[in-house]
This record gives sequence, C-alpha cells and structure tokens, in this order.
Amino acid sequence: MRERYAYELIQKGMRIDERKFDEFRKIKIRTDVSNKAEGSAHVTLGETQVIAGVKLKTGEPYPDTPNEGTLIVNAEFTPLASPDFESGPPGEDAVELARVVDRGLRESHCLDLEKLCITPKEKVWTVFVDLHMINHQGNLLDASALAAITALHNSQVPKIEEDTIIRGEYVSKLPVVFTPVNVTVGKIEDKFILDPLIEEENILDSKLSVSVRDDDKICALQKMGEQGINFDDLEKMFDMAIKKSKELRKLVK
Amino acid sequence: MGHKSDKKLIVNGKRADGRELDQMRPIEMQIGLVNRANGSALVKFGDTHAIAAAYGPRELMPRHKQEADRGIIRTRYNMAPFSVDDRKAPGSDRRSTELSKVIRLALHPVVFVQDFPKATVDVYIEILQADGSTRVTGINAASLAMAAAGVPMTDLVTACSAGKIDGKLVSDLNGIEDNFGEADLGYAMIPSKNMVTLLQMDGALTKEELVTLLNMAKESCKKIYEMEMKVLKEKYEKALE
Repeated sequence: MRERYAYELIQKGMRIDERKFDEFRKIKIRTDVSNKAEGSAHVTLGETQVIAGVKLKTGEPYPDTPNEGTLIVNAEFTPLASPDFESGPPGEDAVELARVVDRGLRESHCLDLEKLCITPKEKVWTVFVDLHMINHQGNLLDASALAAITALHNSQVPKIEEDTIIRGEYVSKLPVVFTPVNVTVGKIEDKFILDPLIEEENILDSKLSVSVRDDDKICALQKMGEQGINFDDLEKMFDMAIKKSKELRKLVK
Repeated sequence: MGHKSDKKLIVNGKRADGRELDQMRPIEMQIGLVNRANGSALVKFGDTHAIAAAYGPRELMPRHKQEADRGIIRTRYNMAPFSVDDRKAPGSDRRSTELSKVIRLALHPVVFVQDFPKATVDVYIEILQADGSTRVTGINAASLAMAAAGVPMTDLVTACSAGKIDGKLVSDLNGIEDNFGEADLGYAMIPSKNMVTLLQMDGALTKEELVTLLNMAKESCKKIYEMEMKVLKEKYEKALE
C-alpha cells in the first residue's frame, strides 16, 4: 500500500516524507557509543540506525603486502532490525553490503596501512569494522558506510607490551587519511532519488552505489536491483553522488 | 587493487602480454559440452576459462519458494579449487556469494520471468582456470548457456572488464593487471537496449576517466556480442540442416 503511494508521489515529483529527490533524511551521528571498542559510531538516518564498531587485533600480514596492516569489514543484519531479517549466517545482502563498504574504504586508501605494521612480514594490526544494523527503514548501505568511516576516524591504536595488548590503553589515533563517503542513487523509471525509504527501496528499478573520496575521485561502484540502467544515465548518477558526497563528508568528525 | 609493486604493466606503449591498450585477449566460445543440461557454454578470455550450464525452466522446489505470477532465476558462481595459484578451499565464500548475486541480477533483465510462473531457471558457472575477469567471462558463458537452453530472453547479456594500469585505461584485464593495476571495472550490458546490468568498480578514478572506461567497455561488449551471435547461429543453423 505504502509502496503504491510512494510510487504515485514520485511520479508527481514528490516523496512520502516531503523530501526533495536529492535530499537525505536528517542525519545524527554519535561517536564512542561502545566503550570496549577501539572506536565506534551510531548513525541515525531518519529512522534507519546502524552502529559501527572498530576492534584491533594483531595478526600476520598478507604475503604480498608484508609491511601493511589489514582491514576486514563485516555486517550483521541482526533480526532485531527488521521483521525480514533472520538469525543465522550472513545472507547475500549482508555479504554484499559488507563488501561494498569494504571496497569504498580500501580503494580510497583511507587508512595508512603501513603505519599499522608492527614487525614487517610477521606482525601487523588487523582492523575489524563490524556493522550492526539496528533499525532498517531503508538505505542501510549509505548509513553503514557513514558509520564505518566515522568509527575509524574516532578509533585509537592500543598499547602493546611484550606481545600483549593492554586493553583500555592507547598509543595513537588510527591513521585515517581520507574520508570516503557512499551515496546510493536510486532509479525508478526516469526519476532519480537519493536516500530511499524502505517503501521506496521496494519499488526501485535499480540502484547505483557510488563511493566518493575527498578529491572527488570515485573509488567504488556497485549496481544493484533487478533492472538495467540506461548507459546514458550513468554520468548523471555519478554527478548526483559526487555533489551529495561533499555535504555528507562535512558530518564526519 | 593498489598493491605496491615495481612491476611494469606497460612497456613502450604495449601491455606486458603484448596487447594494445584497447585490445581484448583472444576469445573462444563453444556451445554444448554438458549434455545433461538444457544448455551450456564454455567461454575463454585468454587464460580465463569459464563453463556454464543452464537448467530449466523447471519446477521450483520447495514449493513455498514459488512465485505465483513469475519464475525466478538462481545462479551460482564457483571457482574450481585448482583454478588459481594457491588452491582455493572448495565451496562458497563471501566473494562467491556476492558474485552469484550480482551475476543473477546482471542476467535477470533479459529473461521473461512472467513466462514461467512457479518455475526456476538455474544457471551454474564454474571457473576452471582463472586469469582475471572471471565474473564477466562467466556472465558471457551463462548468457550463451541460457540462450542454448531456450530460456525466453529478449537478448543476450554481454560482459567484459576494463581498468587502469600504469596510468593508462585498458580493456580486458588479465590476472596480473587485475592484481597490480590501479582500478578495475566489471561491466555487463544488453547491447540492443543500451542497458547496463552489471557495474562494479574499485580503484580511484576521476569521473572523466570513468566515463572513458565505460565507453571502452561498451565497445568491447559490442565485439563480444557479434561473436556470441555468430557462435549461436553456427550451432543452430547446423542443427537445422
């Protein structure tokens, strides 16, 4: 019912919650929401809520990057966040979300991974970013990416003494050098909208997720949804994402 | 992307394997091979080999998964354990879970799912040998397999990769270029409709570079499309004789 209403409104250039097509819902960001984490952020996007927590652990580097720390992003579509989510191992939507957020962070080189090397070839920091969905009212992806980069900006590197991590004591801030931001552009017939509500998400033909870095470079793309996107519409979608990314980036502190 | 390396990927304007910047690797396509399937195809992009088989439309089980007014498509992308340098553990992982999903969505727009309510078309892709661009090679094989199976489709889906290596924009990345390049783009389209059905990129590109790369990918797809149509015609014209 709400989907039908959302569709009819969009045809007339309007949205259920009276937003413009290129307008995000109200965003609130709180940091340090979980005191055991090395850094954390709670993002509220309208009614959508996501928490990102960062934990650091020591581990071995990958053989092809012996002097660099590693980054792992994981997402939990916890059953408390939506009647459509079930407990159990992550489904394909959760895996996709985690991997798209991962690529935005990784490809932007937002972390100076060389500074996370402890002993070359032997020991490096592994940065875990865990994304916890709290309430799914649409656009979990952009909210998650925003939570992830904010949590990283607010994370610290723990102290190590004789190979043991001293929990609760920190030596430095996590070396974050860029602030990639994710903007998903939804397409419904010939209309393009940002930050879709769940009712709008359900009627979109397709979506294009665009991750944009501080210098306006695009560092990750993911086309989603059941329909194709006309080749000639792509550039317009990139432009919408780049423009909005500047606004969102100002919220990350 | 972005592993630091002194490896030169372009020497004197040519790529390490001797190709021009916009040149694809030799492509081979074969239809058939899996006679138990309703349709199958093997596609080779240089040293990347993908085989795909399509089953259906067939009844979807369990029944509660059936859709009353339309059929569904299921896909599985899988890499053979021996297809890569270090043996890959068999079975699905996060990467193959994601790729199976995006491949399904890349194929979905061409299929008349309304024509087979309560049924499924299952498409299985196995990567037998991996040297970059496996997902797009797999999509081409899958699309041919579906056409060979007689799945009701508006058109083929054609796919290719493109990327940026040593500062230059190139078509069809091989494994080394994929690992050590600066950006890679996976792309699939419905040529007759100018519709993009798979688009994934990682790297760091300006919008202008990205648009150029997309146009290169589109050109490659046109060539691949002609080859695919030729292979299908040869196969089925012969069958009619």
